[in-house]
Amino acid sequence: MIIGLAHYLAVAAILFTIGVFGIFVNRKNIIVILMSIELILLAVNINLVAFSAYLGNVTGQIFAMFVLTVAAAEAAVGLAILVTFFRNRGDISVDDASMMKG
Amino acid sequence: MISADLAHAYPELILAIGALALLVAGAFAPKQTTLVGGGAVVLLLVAAFAAATQPLGVAFSGALVTDAAAAFSKVAIYLASAVAIPLGQPWFERRGVKTFEFPVLIVLAALGMGMMASSGDLISLYVGVELHSLALYVLAAMHRDNAKASEAGLKYFVLGALSSGLLLYGSSLIYGFAGSTLYSDIAVAAGQQANTGLLFGLIFVICGLAFKVSAAPFHMWTPDVYEGAPTPVVAFFAAAPKLAAMVLFARVLGDAFPAAAGQWQQVLVVIALASVAVGAFAGLVQSNLKRLWAYSSIANVGYAVLGLASGTSEGVQAMLMFMVLYMIDVTGFFACLTALSRQGRSMETIEDMAGLIKERPALALAMTVFALSALGLPPFSGFWAKFYVFKAALDAGLWGPAVIGLVGSVVAAFYYLRLIKAMWFDSSAGATDRPPVEAKTVAVGLALFAFPLVLVALTWLDPAVAKAAHAFGLA
Repeated sequence: MIIGLAHYLAVAAILFTIGVFGIFVNRKNIIVILMSIELILLAVNINLVAFSAYLGNVTGQIFAMFVLTVAAAEAAVGLAILVTFFRNRGDISVDDASMMKG
Repeated sequence: MISADLAHAYPELILAIGALALLVAGAFAPKQTTLVGGGAVVLLLVAAFAAATQPLGVAFSGALVTDAAAAFSKVAIYLASAVAIPLGQPWFERRGVKTFEFPVLIVLAALGMGMMASSGDLISLYVGVELHSLALYVLAAMHRDNAKASEAGLKYFVLGALSSGLLLYGSSLIYGFAGSTLYSDIAVAAGQQANTGLLFGLIFVICGLAFKVSAAPFHMWTPDVYEGAPTPVVAFFAAAPKLAAMVLFARVLGDAFPAAAGQWQQVLVVIALASVAVGAFAGLVQSNLKRLWAYSSIANVGYAVLGLASGTSEGVQAMLMFMVLYMIDVTGFFACLTALSRQGRSMETIEDMAGLIKERPALALAMTVFALSALGLPPFSGFWAKFYVFKAALDAGLWGPAVIGLVGSVVAAFYYLRLIKAMWFDSSAGATDRPPVEAKTVAVGLALFAFPLVLVALTWLDPAVAKAAHAFGLA
């Protein structure tokens, strides 16, 4: 079997769905949400690189590089906010983030 | 060649280099927070001037578009950001958070928003969106000893990152099916034949952008973030980032997908009406004013999206006009909330505002103006904003949506009038603290703009907005 573009897109779509569900269905830990966000960005990168190879066009790979760097910055900011949250509450479970409702 | 490109990027260069310089200055002299704040304001004003006078055209192989629309929205964004610094910094310092990072983060957010407004390529779109989002996440959680603020920051971060993910996934599909990330190339590819892959990508991008402008059904983060985040920070991110995201919306739809107007118009009408309905009905049961104004902003974004949904140049013009006038309203309202406190405790509920007209007549009058303007009562600025939107919608034949939008604004009148009734006719809830000068000045100044200065301002705002709207690729 030849692994073609469609296979890569399918893997990326599955990863993306897992990531989105990881954010909404997960009721335990906020770290898991951060991991889900990384999964979504990973899915996008697979898409970009697969399209880039398929089209023989380098733009997709450049885009993927941008996504990688920004994802690192995003994770840093997210973890920093998580640390302040932990300092204030002493816990990082999802159910704990519910001071405001309505 | 490169110098010609750089000439188009002067506002961005000024802000980027300036922000780094301020960061270094702040690190070496951490006590000089006022100096850093003043430097940031000067930087934003200089960048606004550079944006107003820069050459029009495209730079960096089309990645950066500096047309009339970009210039207009950049000036508005930079000025709105400049107002946020004197409003926020003293507020933080009164609460013992003496940090120089606040103005630097505002400058970085303004840089990102400017890039969003002049993006001509999916990559510059993404970098702009992330640059402003990352700064805003930190700003929301800036008051770090406050449990509510850090929860707001966390919620904003998680949902913002999700929306960036949706935006990116859509961008990757658009790139794959169009073979390019340039809007102009995408427009050519989308014009050739109906392509399911491209439309799929477009829908993801619309969802991601709807998150950023907090339009229903992607609005759930807004009330929590507005309630938890520091009030002057809310004054900032209820205004400029919304304008930047709406301009970006118009860029993607108008410059990259004019051929698919029939498809995206339907999606936008649904988003607009859902936002108006959610904003009007969910706002009825709120007693916290920051939460209430979050729902009000959801409804107002609905009107802006309705303008865009007209799919015409007139609709884009209505959207730009609406957002600029709305920015002034919302900044002014949150400036009032920033100014008010009772024994050092912020006044955030409608009950807190009881009898305010006797206690603080100027601020109560300003808040009345902002509430009536948000309600859309003539001759306040909000009326003119809505007038443009409904006129564009009717000219585009969107009769049904326009009528539903009007009904929504009548429903929302209930909560605006409830606030006014509490301020004017209820018995006083006790003495309030002396309002800080800077917040009061901003509040009263913007109230004077909302009425009567707006009547004068419209005479030059109208041609400027019309010129900006014609820069987009919509007829």
